[in-house]
Amino acid sequence: MAFGLEYDVIQVTLLSLYVSGAATVLGCMIGIPLGSLIGLKEFGGKSLLKTITYTMYGFPPVISGLVIYYLFSRAGPFGSLGILFTPTAMILAEMLLVIPLAAGITITEVTEVDRSIKDTIRALGASRRKSTLTIMREAWVGLVMAAMIGFGRCIAEVGAAYMVGGNIQGETRVLTTAIMLETRMGKFDYAIGLGVVLLSVAMAVFLFLRLLQEKEYQ
Amino acid sequence: MMSAVELRDATKRFGDVIAVNDASLTIEKGELFGILGPSGAGKSTVLRLIDLLDAPDEGEVLINGEKIPVNSRKADAMRSRIGMILQKPAALNRSVANNIAYSLQIREWSEEEIAKRVDEELKKYGLQERRAKNARTLSGGELQRLSFARSTVFGPELLLLDEFSANLDPKNVALMEDQISRYMREDESRTIVMVTHNIFQAKRMCDRIALMWDGEIIEVAEKKKFFEDPDDPRTAAFVKGDIVY
Repeated sequence: MAFGLEYDVIQVTLLSLYVSGAATVLGCMIGIPLGSLIGLKEFGGKSLLKTITYTMYGFPPVISGLVIYYLFSRAGPFGSLGILFTPTAMILAEMLLVIPLAAGITITEVTEVDRSIKDTIRALGASRRKSTLTIMREAWVGLVMAAMIGFGRCIAEVGAAYMVGGNIQGETRVLTTAIMLETRMGKFDYAIGLGVVLLSVAMAVFLFLRLLQEKEYQ
Repeated sequence: MMSAVELRDATKRFGDVIAVNDASLTIEKGELFGILGPSGAGKSTVLRLIDLLDAPDEGEVLINGEKIPVNSRKADAMRSRIGMILQKPAALNRSVANNIAYSLQIREWSEEEIAKRVDEELKKYGLQERRAKNARTLSGGELQRLSFARSTVFGPELLLLDEFSANLDPKNVALMEDQISRYMREDESRTIVMVTHNIFQAKRMCDRIALMWDGEIIEVAEKKKFFEDPDDPRTAAFVKGDIVY
């Protein structure tokens, strides 16, 4: 308990960070390699796949929540895992939002690495796999940007988190769902206070990622 | 002895453009072989075929007597024994030392060996003071020296040079030419294929020379014959500087 609230703000804040952070990391682990493949390989249907990826930027969180809800509800194909209304379900729902963002930004970033750098990497004798990894490293600033935008989407997310998390006190309550609750109850002071905490946490993470982005690669 | 490089009736097209047309060529081990010709003659495409970056549409390319499919593991393994220096080499976004180390890292050398070899190369090419600087801050001459160090640090048996001096001032050209000659002298089995449109450079450096014209190899000869008694009238005109391109 703190600040006159019936729940632990620190615990809620840490859960927000955990869910958003894990969803961002998992989403980037899938989205960035996927984006690199789409951006660097030549294959039939590449243009269509790029268009689909970019279109998915607008993937509504409520749909992502619905998909995870359906898959993990009791009657769903993975219902027996019993992860609905747990942070794991929230992570999966938010991860679905990060994947297209990370993939789309990576496609743009690796495509824009200068031709002369790509030629140099190949001329130095790098295999195709090593070339791809080196190009990704050359696009470092943009890839960190993908993580920043992905995290920004997750930390601000409320619809999917509410649907598959349920806003259970001490279990799945995160800052956004807590703000929603306080607002509904007319406790605007608390809602605003939690909003300030949310904003501060988001800015701190962004600052960290920004420093990481500016780090000169040696 | 098997040849270092052999092109057999190789043709390479890019869309409707025939970049290399029915080219045949044999380059022996230990040779410094020059490919001369005007811009757009197909010289760089021949180098890309030799470096197994592109496959010919017709004919074949043999390296050490072996036909190797591009984009295969075998090609990757062979390419790790070939060095190539581009006309406009780019610096990777990391320190000068790590640009050199990169060549060894992709060849999976040990950290100890890498540290030792990088130190030697930095000294050899006068880049010690720049070692921790980001390579993108180097001048054109320094970058070309770094590029040479990066492409030769692993001791490639075949070195491909694509207009390496096109963007250099005369002092840096002389320096690079000296380094190339030294590299050849260090090991007599090394082979260098050099593309240039600089007649005088080819005369200074090469053992044998081929002239390319509109995608075709129109003459291959020993240096003396190439410059003094060529078979093809276009070669005679080219070496006299009669043809403006």
